[in-house]
Amino acid sequence: MTAGAFDDHHPPAAELIKDCVHCGFCLPSCPTYLLWGEEMDSPRGRIQLMKAGLEGEPLSESMVGHFDACLGCMACVPACPSGVQYGTLIADTRAQVERRYERSLSQRLLRGAIFWLFPYPRRLRALRGPLALYQRSGLSRWLRRTKLLDRLPATLQVMESLIPTLTRRQQLPQWVPAQRQRRAVVGMLTGCVQDALFPDVNAATARVLAAEGCAVVIPRGQGCCGALSQHSGREDEAITFARALIDCFDAAGVDYIVVNAAGCGSAMKEYAHLLRDDSHYAPRARAFVERTRDISELLAELGPIAPRHPLNITIAYHDACHLAHAQQIRSQPRQLLHAIPGLTLTEIPEAHLCCGSAGIYNLLHPKPATELGDRKARNLLTTGASVLVTGNPGCSMQIAASARRLGHPLTVTHLASVLDASIRGVPLCDPSSAPTTPAHQNR
Amino acid sequence: MTYRGAKLAVLAAELSAVVGPDGVIADRQRLRTYECDGLAQYRVVPGLVVLPESAEQVVAVVRACAALGVAFVARGSGTGLSGGALPHAEGVLIVTSRMRRILEVDPANERAIVEPGVINLDVTKAAEPYGWYFAPDPSSQQVCSVGGNVAENSGGAHCLKYGFTTHHVLGVEVVTPEGELVWLGGTTRDVAGYDLLGAFIGSEGTLGIATKIVVRLMRTPESVRCLLAAFPGVDEAGAAVSAIIADGVTPAAIEMMDALAIEAAEAAVACGYPEGAGAVLIVELDGPAAEVEHTFAAVRQHCTAAGAFEIRVARDADERARFWKGRKSAFAAVGRISPDYIVQDGVIPRTVLPDVLRRITELSAGTGVRVANVFHAGDGNLHPLVLFDEAKPGEAQAAEQLSGAILDLCISYGGSITGEHGVGIDKACHMPRMFTTDDLDVMQRLRRAFDPAGICNPGKVFPTPRLCGEVPGKRKGVHPLQAAGLAEQF
Ligand SMILES: Cc1cc2nc3c(=O)[nH]c(=O)nc-3n(C[C@H](O)[C@H](O)[C@H](O)COP(=O)(O)OP(=O)(O)OC[C@H]3O[C@@H](n4cnc5c(N)ncnc54)[C@H](O)[C@@H]3O)c2cc1C
Ligand code: SF4
Ligand code: SF4
Repeated sequence: MTAGAFDDHHPPAAELIKDCVHCGFCLPSCPTYLLWGEEMDSPRGRIQLMKAGLEGEPLSESMVGHFDACLGCMACVPACPSGVQYGTLIADTRAQVERRYERSLSQRLLRGAIFWLFPYPRRLRALRGPLALYQRSGLSRWLRRTKLLDRLPATLQVMESLIPTLTRRQQLPQWVPAQRQRRAVVGMLTGCVQDALFPDVNAATARVLAAEGCAVVIPRGQGCCGALSQHSGREDEAITFARALIDCFDAAGVDYIVVNAAGCGSAMKEYAHLLRDDSHYAPRARAFVERTRDISELLAELGPIAPRHPLNITIAYHDACHLAHAQQIRSQPRQLLHAIPGLTLTEIPEAHLCCGSAGIYNLLHPKPATELGDRKARNLLTTGASVLVTGNPGCSMQIAASARRLGHPLTVTHLASVLDASIRGVPLCDPSSAPTTPAHQNR
Repeated sequence: MTYRGAKLAVLAAELSAVVGPDGVIADRQRLRTYECDGLAQYRVVPGLVVLPESAEQVVAVVRACAALGVAFVARGSGTGLSGGALPHAEGVLIVTSRMRRILEVDPANERAIVEPGVINLDVTKAAEPYGWYFAPDPSSQQVCSVGGNVAENSGGAHCLKYGFTTHHVLGVEVVTPEGELVWLGGTTRDVAGYDLLGAFIGSEGTLGIATKIVVRLMRTPESVRCLLAAFPGVDEAGAAVSAIIADGVTPAAIEMMDALAIEAAEAAVACGYPEGAGAVLIVELDGPAAEVEHTFAAVRQHCTAAGAFEIRVARDADERARFWKGRKSAFAAVGRISPDYIVQDGVIPRTVLPDVLRRITELSAGTGVRVANVFHAGDGNLHPLVLFDEAKPGEAQAAEQLSGAILDLCISYGGSITGEHGVGIDKACHMPRMFTTDDLDVMQRLRRAFDPAGICNPGKVFPTPRLCGEVPGKRKGVHPLQAAGLAEQF
């Protein structure tokens, strides 16, 4: 297959494309269709483009543009009555695009920089110092006031707006014993962005797991799960990360691998597909997928044993796309939140709609991402909730930034932090109440 | 560049001045995403696609087409099942997906005004807070546009009691094929003069483009009860339907699915219908609570008497939605049990339902082509789903033949070739089986009164020699209308 958009190495599969009966039921679920109202930026249209590519249409700039514009939010998957596996189709398509299509120089530089930085926890952590200085020195406020910020390229402006106020980072120990009876030994993924920008969430996750009877293994030096690479079609890079992570957690000998970032979890659950050609790793990848759980999934599965203290707050829960659509995890986080006495849970209108964060989408496509972020924030504000809870660091940053932009700063936090506060009986989001044990200080 | 190609290039430039450059699509790959609607076996890549954002833009686009004599076709969400929105290779496809504002919700006057690209279900969502809703509920209501509903006179499960789109539209703002902006009907229940609105609704995009629609809203019923009854087979279920109607009950909906359709729905949405059912009925009653309670008991009794082996009553809105989920996703769900299928749409008098179903079963057994049945049983509107695998030689043709035979069956029992999906391109050739030449000529004259140049969705609804080949009804010689200079064959 030389003519046409795709080569023979895993093109989007014709059999999967054939499952699409062109009914259009997926259209209203698709954020880009909602924004632009055009067929080629809908799931049905993208599938049609894949088909055209298989039939000989070249991988043109416009075709690539419509694949790139897809957020990968997977809202179209549960919306499809025919069971079209859009996730697999777009993953295979993106890998082809990355391999076979040469982007403009500026795009290549931008992507190069992003992929130099984000999948490397150590590089991200190294940025914490300068960032904290930037936030505390008043430079950030000055840049904003003088409107100098507006002169920066869009991607940098977005990055600047996303960064949360940094809190102290605690180095987590490699082993946290289970409190009460031990029900499982779990390995914990600390992630890249979560670890560098939301260290509290990781600390809370470890404490909650321990309180719920899990011994937590936190392998030092664990790398990136490869989610960003995988979701951007950088197949080789994703495979390298995946193999290393499988090695790392296989060596840890755990019952489960627990993830508190939806994007990472969904990528890890794709390892079996990613490594399907690797005879050595394929079976291990399948076993790895079997053991991988989102934190909410595992806690709901095990059932609570730690008593909850009341939290008298009204919160809104935001479904991260990579939890709700990609992993079908909707009820578990809600169930866990409902079980907290005093807590009122509200639902956000247009809950299925992506907030625009979508991995690195907001850095590559700032305009639509911001529109979606603002739409999500506006919907959220109608609930009257003062706290937003979600299961993905990208969503947290994106929605918080939009809410700030609309002049309604919000407390955005993670499910694990809410559960941690309830279990320990402390108010939510009071960093000073975070215990320093069992970890030691480290910046 | 051909002469026609040159025309399109001129048009593309003119139209970008009207709708802006990102409202005109001329690149082949992008155009290909518009090559078909919900009936994917017919494909034509449009010459151009335009995405207007207002009625004024539609006027300008249509005028530009009319000035150059270029054909145009309207498209809403592209879910039509008769190829009505199939593009014209040398024409312009005018897509309403950017005209999706709900302009007014006016419960006091029981109406809402919407743009044509608004999604059917969004009208109900907007009216719901006031206690009102938009009654036409095609299974595709989560995606199809109100403009498409008007063009197809769409119906849904609840047509039995509430009627089709035509009963819920008070007025339409239309851009005529000559580019005039006119109102048909109005904002009130009845207007003086000929019922041009009635002619427009169901005209399948051949009389102009709707740019605003005044829809009638209905009050959300005080009480809704829904049951799911499982029967050993379609005969028993059909008998239950007849008994219920004969008793003078008008349910809001009675829907039937046979075993194969149930299997597909289970595979797609795990709707959890009773196991071992050869047919299920979904019966819904709505209205004042006291009345509903009373008739609900009668319905249960009729189902049991006809042989239902299990009856489930929806306890709450969630369970009711689950009952409906299987039914509403049935068409698309058939994709789970068969690589390809034809969604047929025919109407028969309700009383002959068991006979016709038996004949369909015989046809299916005789040819080995599987048929799943889903229908609006109360209306006698059948939706046989004819299954085949295109990859297997001969299967597509056998399915096509069976599907045609089912339509003949409907006609022979005094029914119709379409209940709600329209004629479009798919059934144009069947029209002469239902209508005489005179009938068709009268229709053609009406069409020409709106569209003298024959540029508005040409080639749809009426048989054309090129489309239909040797099918019955093909005329010989010059048509009298043509000879009189009143019409052209197109
Ligand atoms: C899974 C599935 C289930 C369905 N179930 C039902 C059902 O239960 N009942 C039912 O009736 N139909 C059903 N349909 C068919 C279809 O959804 C309806 O016909 C619907 O009304 C079409 O709307 P659309 O916006 O998709 O129109 P399109 O498919 O885009 O167009 C349909 C026709 O309308 C014309 N048109 C579109 N917009 C305008 C306008 N503004 N002005 C003038 N003409 C216009 C087009 O030219 C074309 O002829 C179903 C379809 C699918 C795929
Ligand atoms: S809902 Fe599924 S089958 Fe229908 S158009 Fe979308 S992807 Fe295709
Ligand atoms: S993944 Fe999201 S953005 Fe992409 S086609 Fe599906 S719904 Fe649209």
